[in-house]
Amino acid sequence: MFSFLRDGVRAMGHGGRAYWTWLAVLSALVLVGAYSYGLQLRDGLVVTGMSDQVSWGFYIANFAFLVGIAAGAVLLVIPAYVFHRQDVKGVVLLGEGLAVAAVIGAMLFVTVDLGHPERFWHLLPFIGRLNFPTSMLAWDVVVLTTYLGLNLAIPLYVHYCHYRGQEPVLKAYFPVVILSIFVAISIHTVTAFLFAANSARPFWHNALLGPRFIATAFASGPALIILVLQAIRRFTRYPVAQSVIDTLALIMTISLWISLFFVGAELFTDFYNEGAHAASMRYLYFGLHGMDALRPWIWTALAMNAVAVVVLSIHALRRRTLTLNIACVLTFIGIWIEKGMGLVVPGFIPTPLGEVFEYTPTLVELGVTLGIWALCAMIFTLLAKASIAIELGDVGAARRAQRVTA
Amino acid sequence: MTEPIDQYRRRFLGGLAKVAAAGGAVAAGGAAVVAGAASGGAAPAWGGSTLREMLGDFFQEQYQRMTPEEIQSALARIERKAKRKFGVDITCEDTPPIPGVVFGYALNISRCKGYRDCVEACVKENNLGRDSQVQYIRVLQMDNGTMNLESSEHYYDPAKVPVPGKFYMPVQCMQCDNPPCVKACPVQATWREPDGIVAIDYDWCIGCRYCMDACPYGARHFNWTEPKIPPAELNTHTNYLGNRPRPKGVVEKCHFCTQRTRKGQQPACQEACPTGARIFGNLMDPNSEIRYVLANKKVFRLKEDLGTEPKFWYFTD
Repeated sequence: MFSFLRDGVRAMGHGGRAYWTWLAVLSALVLVGAYSYGLQLRDGLVVTGMSDQVSWGFYIANFAFLVGIAAGAVLLVIPAYVFHRQDVKGVVLLGEGLAVAAVIGAMLFVTVDLGHPERFWHLLPFIGRLNFPTSMLAWDVVVLTTYLGLNLAIPLYVHYCHYRGQEPVLKAYFPVVILSIFVAISIHTVTAFLFAANSARPFWHNALLGPRFIATAFASGPALIILVLQAIRRFTRYPVAQSVIDTLALIMTISLWISLFFVGAELFTDFYNEGAHAASMRYLYFGLHGMDALRPWIWTALAMNAVAVVVLSIHALRRRTLTLNIACVLTFIGIWIEKGMGLVVPGFIPTPLGEVFEYTPTLVELGVTLGIWALCAMIFTLLAKASIAIELGDVGAARRAQRVTA
Repeated sequence: MTEPIDQYRRRFLGGLAKVAAAGGAVAAGGAAVVAGAASGGAAPAWGGSTLREMLGDFFQEQYQRMTPEEIQSALARIERKAKRKFGVDITCEDTPPIPGVVFGYALNISRCKGYRDCVEACVKENNLGRDSQVQYIRVLQMDNGTMNLESSEHYYDPAKVPVPGKFYMPVQCMQCDNPPCVKACPVQATWREPDGIVAIDYDWCIGCRYCMDACPYGARHFNWTEPKIPPAELNTHTNYLGNRPRPKGVVEKCHFCTQRTRKGQQPACQEACPTGARIFGNLMDPNSEIRYVLANKKVFRLKEDLGTEPKFWYFTD
């Protein structure tokens, strides 16, 4: 086991010029994030654009989006383990690596949003006072931690078997895989409920929020996975079957249609007989009392998702790599806006006392956010590097033995 | 006085050990690190060294779980901290709720003229940060003929009131009987006290601000920066769940002046009101003024449809 971990880490340290340049760029961005976070720790959250009126902002927006990306990895797990698709099974470990990176990123976004991060131990069961099962935030802590654990454990076991030149025993870890599928759905449902639980915020207090979160996750997740798999195919010798990408593209198309349908359903319900509960929606799409900071963003997101869904629905365009990739980028950014800032911020505008007070993230927030995203990319790169080395047989117990005898 | 920091630490480590037993070696490693860090702070020094104070703060238990000795030690640390920060001697007490008392508030909106004297008195009484402009009471200038909050003015000039065609509606924490903020808190840093006051342990709050999402009345406020108060203006009579100085990064709100009302006094806002619009008292006492108002006036509560059961009523003459 020890040599397995050592060889895995060693594999992360072997790479070409492009690999090291990529890691260096990411490290620089992580440093930018660390510096920005240092400023925030020194002066308090006053350095952000948040206020008593809009008390959550860019951090929580990215948190909600990243949880979706993490949940999206389940779209590789289900075909690989439930439908026994051999082509998907070839890349499922990479998908789980992506989930690990995304969950860690999501947790970091919550952590940097805390006023007292050093009191995190108050959240630990037994030691602290986790308000479980009453608080939805406590639920989120539990399911995210579980999901992280499962997505570390499963690939670790499979890689370890492959490392030793054995086939993993599916029967042994199949129950864990099934559990991870349910937990994947629940991390994003719980995150949606975190918002939907608040009857004080009509914009979130909405039964469609959970389904909407899942639909958008199943669009943005595959969008990212498709792009990442192509990058891996291009920069490594690792085989990625085109059929995997085709399947993901199809799932993404359907999910995007469903999510656009949900947007329409919400707009209808709010605006047909417009009442006070529609004020946040009006602020988001049209502006309120002359304030409309989010309006251009949400229309851009809507346009991006609409273009993407049309491109994806035309078979010829979906099968062409260039147009597929354009659709993936549009979907990723479109959902990032819609489920990020477009979901979190309007919940606070107007305030429960009717005040319209806008929010814009500051440079510090942008810096911290950039740093966390870079760290996610770095974690995934390192995990993928080790995974590919083991799966290709570049490192392994047999090879180690060979080296020793030679 | 002896410091029961060791008690905290032991319990903290005991908890860690439990987790380690359940969860594995990672937590045990953590415990070793914590134990190592903690033993470094055991050196006795003048009035408790800064490191010792820091460890005391770090390991401090949640208010409801503290033993009486731990509370005494926490209060002493709060007093020392205030001395260091403001150079002023303050007293910090643990004021228990009075048995048989549940507080309620009623506000006569036909009398309120929007002078905001209540706001000012509250800021001084409760040691609110002066530059951070946290205010527990928000007085809304409302248009006659509507209860639409969205058309209310929050930043009117109190020197030019009352404005014709307007009425005034102060909003503060409603001390709900079914408080959504308490459900929201992931660490039980806020709860309902026996006298109905929704309290916050500022030393336990992690500053996630989820309670602020949950509150339908905008009653909760966050210390985005270190609250600054001129030392001469500091109210030195403080209590744990009430007006003691707060650090940055935690949530706070109106607590019906627990430091006063639990000693039989009226809240500062009630005393400051020049029009007599505010009626505060014990809901359990059938002869109290507030019970008279509830029985004889036409009262309403804000956003009653949300089921929060506020203990704050509005009424008209």
